Amino acid sequence: MTAVIDASAVRIDNVSRTFGSGSHRVHALDNVSFDARPGEFVCLLGASGCGKSTLLGILAGIDQPSSGTVDVGGRRVGLMFQDSALLPWLTAGGNVALPMKIRGVPKADRRSRVEELLALVRLAGLADKRPHELSGGMRQRVSLARAFAQEVDVLCMDEPFGALDAMTRDLLHDELERIWRESGVTILFVTHDVREAVRLGDRIVLLSSRPGRVAEIFDVGLARPRRIDSPDVAALAVTVTDRLREEVGRHGH
Amino acid sequence: MVTETTVGPNALHKLPVAPAGDVDITLAGLDALETAVEPRPPLALRVWSATWPKLGAVVIFLLLWQIVVWSGWKPSYVLPGPGEALSDLGNRITTGNFWSAAARTLQRALAGYVLAILIGAIVGLAVARFSLIRSAVGSFITALQTMPSIVWFPLAILLFKLTESAILFVVVLGAAPSIANGVISGIDYVPPLLTRLGQTMGARGLKLYRLVVAPAALPSVVAGLKQGWAFAWRSLMAGELLVVVPGHPSIGSDLEDSRQLLDTVGVLAMMMTIFVIGVLVDAAFNAVDRRMRARRGLLLTQSR
Repeated sequence: MTAVIDASAVRIDNVSRTFGSGSHRVHALDNVSFDARPGEFVCLLGASGCGKSTLLGILAGIDQPSSGTVDVGGRRVGLMFQDSALLPWLTAGGNVALPMKIRGVPKADRRSRVEELLALVRLAGLADKRPHELSGGMRQRVSLARAFAQEVDVLCMDEPFGALDAMTRDLLHDELERIWRESGVTILFVTHDVREAVRLGDRIVLLSSRPGRVAEIFDVGLARPRRIDSPDVAALAVTVTDRLREEVGRHGH
Repeated sequence: MVTETTVGPNALHKLPVAPAGDVDITLAGLDALETAVEPRPPLALRVWSATWPKLGAVVIFLLLWQIVVWSGWKPSYVLPGPGEALSDLGNRITTGNFWSAAARTLQRALAGYVLAILIGAIVGLAVARFSLIRSAVGSFITALQTMPSIVWFPLAILLFKLTESAILFVVVLGAAPSIANGVISGIDYVPPLLTRLGQTMGARGLKLYRLVVAPAALPSVVAGLKQGWAFAWRSLMAGELLVVVPGHPSIGSDLEDSRQLLDTVGVLAMMMTIFVIGVLVDAAFNAVDRRMRARRGLLLTQSR
């Protein structure tokens, strides 16, 4: 197989998605266009109703756009949810092994790969734990390891740290950044949290709501590693927040 | 910072292994704080704490029975005391006839139950999967389930005469609807998130069913199996009382024989046998159920 060398890993071109018909017709996405370079970390920021779940569903191939195109150049796309969505009847290791089992990877290979991936998210030796025995942050790391077990090139993350406490979240930002840099994966990261977007993203795509449209794209030119409480991050967050409020405010009347 | 290398498909094959040395101490500390280990009491203690309430209940029941006998409400040849019934049961279990009757009954129950599982699973899957089949027969399943199994016997006897087949027919009809309903509600209540997750991982069709839908539906399926067993057992007991196949002794026919001989002690002894079998099967189902819930973290730690 020849390696696909392309300027963008993900190209979203004039994508619209409507649900229902007639007077009940809902515009979830309206002419959304942006792209992500290979290895880029793009944060999608928006309030409720910006159609982010719809967009990720389309990217992951479980939904189709009503019009427009999504091109991932044959790359594998993985999806990670806000809820860790671990299967409760499997151990942590079993969950990580699942995508490989679906692809038909032999058992012996699965086992060694599971150990590698759990070590990657710093959960080595916990393969036999069950999801209910782990904390929320640990479950999200298992979920991250499972996403990587799909051998993804593009990882879509749907508010993955939204339900975690602040301390765990800050630590997982560091972890995610490290894993992203080591793996070279392209990440599309959906969040409601402006500071989180500034902390993590190379670029921030600000989406307006109902219908979901691209309102503005910000380049985050800050050096890494960043801290969520640094003055630079805070300053840019103020600019982005103002713009976001402006968008949300348009729905108030 | 953006990495310089251009990433092609499946870049993660060359994903670096564990971060060596620089283990984040804070993260490790948080993990340790958030995963408390609950000590498990020793096996003997667990068995005892599960057993003594049951033993207590049995003793209280036998005592009440004895009190009724002592009160002289019925003459003792009509209502004998627990002591007599138990010693009769003790004598019976030393005879080969008792065990061959019990074996025949259990073998009938098992054959009917297995067939009911097969039919119930197929019907349940078909109803859950195809909306046309659901709207056609979905509501009939519950109607069928609520029909007392005994009303099937006139038809069964006309169709099959007094044979094993007549009993099997009714046992299967009694149990299959419950099992089908368990399968249907199990599949209906699989969280959409899990199905979506399986799909994003590339599982489709049978693979999705085997790896995601079936295990997610399991608790409800087990509940249906348990209920199905109860219906199968009831139907079988009704069947053995009504359909006495000549030369085929069974628990039900022994019970009927004792009644005809006005042998109340024998009747009570056989009823105790039926009860004990019910308790044992229930214990087996409960063990499976507990294990399943424990694995899924649905078991509250019992306060002692």
